Amino acid sequence: MTSVATVPEGTVHPYALSHLDSLESEAVHIFREVAGEFERPVILFSGGKDSIVMLHLALKAFAPAPIPFTLLHVDTGHNFPEVLDYRDRTVTAHGLRLHIASVQEYIDAGTLRERPDGTRNPLQTVPLTEAIQHHRFDAVFGGGRRDEEKARAKERVFSLRDEFSQWDPRRQRPELWQLYNGRHAPGEHVRVFPISNWTELDVWQYIQREHIELPAIYFAHHREVFNRGGMWLTAGDWGGPKDTEPTQTRLVRYRTVGDMSCTGAVDSDATTLDAVITEIAASRLTERGATRADDKMSEAAMEDRKREGYF
Amino acid sequence: MTTTTQPLAETTLLRFATAGSVDDGKSTLVGRLLHDSKSVLTDQLEAVEHASRNRGQDTPDLALLTDGLRAEREQGITIDVAYRYFATPRRRFILADTPGHVQYTRNMVTGASTAELAVVLVDARNGVVEQTRRHAAVAALLRVPHVVLAVNKMDLVGYEEPVFAAIAKEFTAYAASLGVPEITAIPISALAGDNVVDPSAHMDWYGGPTVLEHLETVPVSHDLTECPARFPVQYVIRPQTAEHPDYRGYAGQIASGVLRVGEPVTVLPSGRTTTVAGIDALGVSVDTAWAPQSVTVRLADDVDVSRGDLIAPSGSLPASTQDVEATVCHVADQPLSVGQRVLLKHTTRTVKAIVKDIPSRLTLDDLSQHPAPGQLVANDIGRVVVRTAEPLALDAYADSRRTGSFLLIDPADGTTLSAGMAGASFAEAARGASVPEAADDDAEWDF
Repeated sequence: MTSVATVPEGTVHPYALSHLDSLESEAVHIFREVAGEFERPVILFSGGKDSIVMLHLALKAFAPAPIPFTLLHVDTGHNFPEVLDYRDRTVTAHGLRLHIASVQEYIDAGTLRERPDGTRNPLQTVPLTEAIQHHRFDAVFGGGRRDEEKARAKERVFSLRDEFSQWDPRRQRPELWQLYNGRHAPGEHVRVFPISNWTELDVWQYIQREHIELPAIYFAHHREVFNRGGMWLTAGDWGGPKDTEPTQTRLVRYRTVGDMSCTGAVDSDATTLDAVITEIAASRLTERGATRADDKMSEAAMEDRKREGYF
Repeated sequence: MTTTTQPLAETTLLRFATAGSVDDGKSTLVGRLLHDSKSVLTDQLEAVEHASRNRGQDTPDLALLTDGLRAEREQGITIDVAYRYFATPRRRFILADTPGHVQYTRNMVTGASTAELAVVLVDARNGVVEQTRRHAAVAALLRVPHVVLAVNKMDLVGYEEPVFAAIAKEFTAYAASLGVPEITAIPISALAGDNVVDPSAHMDWYGGPTVLEHLETVPVSHDLTECPARFPVQYVIRPQTAEHPDYRGYAGQIASGVLRVGEPVTVLPSGRTTTVAGIDALGVSVDTAWAPQSVTVRLADDVDVSRGDLIAPSGSLPASTQDVEATVCHVADQPLSVGQRVLLKHTTRTVKAIVKDIPSRLTLDDLSQHPAPGQLVANDIGRVVVRTAEPLALDAYADSRRTGSFLLIDPADGTTLSAGMAGASFAEAARGASVPEAADDDAEWDF
């Protein structure tokens, strides 16, 4: 290639891609592979930052055409109102179609039973897998990242699930080059993780670079919380606090957005993206270590839930 | 981590893989890299300390940081590739942590397929052993552009230069004979932390970089842009909306080279020619785009283009063929046999194919070849001849890892059978290239 001159050491190569551009390009490639190879893909969309970034990437991947996928939200019934509001506004703004699988409906119907600890996160698996079967989704995008948790570090970008949505880490397909093998039998589906290679900091830097709007609970605000198991949980209709758990108003924000019953707030005065990024870069805790109760249940909690069909 | 985020946003990404035998200290090196670059956070370390105590160990077992599955922790071995992430102010890293165990060659192939650099670990007391040769062979086979030889456990040989120099010399000669383009040898002690992140106080005779320093400065990716442009079409974007009634774009990730607006291009396999009318780089119209950017290309003429087609500059087209000769690594438990019907996935195109011949199988231990093995089983590496139902626009893997690689897939159940690398074996390619003289023993082997 004649136009490519030798670049002196220490200078930036004209064709160098920043790490965010590399990750973005890879994720877009994954979205388009699924669009090209599957019949009925769906994006899991919770209104959390990872799924918001996924949606943003999908919009870029198919622009100026609309996203050729529908969305699915597994609603635990204990979601933050600000997040549900964000979810609905986003769906409307982009003319998308949203499916909702409701944990509350399963509980009301007696199909699922409330756990003694009130945590609904593990209860999501059944509504999720049944929604996948009901709608015959053959590819399900999740915002899982390998940096989140050690079982997730073993996850493929294209992860084949059997008709029961089970993950068997010992029977995963080797993933070679960028050649993703999405072939599956009827009834099986593939979980797809376009941002597998992103870290929490990458996600935040990308949100900053792309000026992506987020639900307000990601930024520091005063909130009535109480302490359970070392975490600050939001007081509310979902069942907290108990009489023995006094509430107090603290300046907090959320690093992850999930079910209110198991997602903790962190003390923070970070009200801007810059401040959030500075805070995360300096944090000595992972986001799950800081704010997720469900991963602390056992050494292999995530692996066990993933085996059952959790994303 | 500084308080300003701007410099970090401009960092580049390096994907690399580690390879080492079970006792070479690979987990310790990975743990040391993560730990000393401050990528292990308090709760992760606490979890490891907790788990180590539960098993009756006095000190935290850093291998538990990387062994994430129940079976791995139970058996104390790594059974699958794991991906690790860490960053310095200069660069971000994706580490494919691949098992060193012989039976998991396929996992090393998996890790190496996306790596731009491989770290091969050697125990300074043992020097270059069979396993080292195997790792070098796989790195060469997969054409990993940079190889680092980390001579570990220097503390156990008195930090003596002659020990290191002898191993480095032997490995470099061997790897060069396989066609490995760049080899950097570094004497380290992963346990004591010598030359991993911080320079060693015990080896004044060594003037080179530490492992991390080398990882931070090695050039990445740009060789992709020096090859002819290759653009596999992934998906056709046709909004057909009031705003964009006539938009027709071909979405894909540039596999190699540089694409320019106005350039004459040919669409394969049809052979139709046209010019690039426009390039949309994820919403921004650009004049030039390059690998590995994901873009949407618009063409001047309304030619028939669909997923699986390849757009390339009319002046430098890949050869089209239905007879694919390749080296494959067999990655499935079920064998690959002569006469077997398979699917072949190449870039965005999947075609029917039949295995016409398996001329040879390689024994990784001594790099000898066995003629006509009839079939390949898990972790075998061999030469194959595959006949495809439709022509493929295939480059040699030696020229492009992206457009020279393919998968063989079982049409019955979708299992990924083999990882394929089209064209001459790397040994043949190495002989044709300007590399140092091949060692006599290995000059004739071929697979």
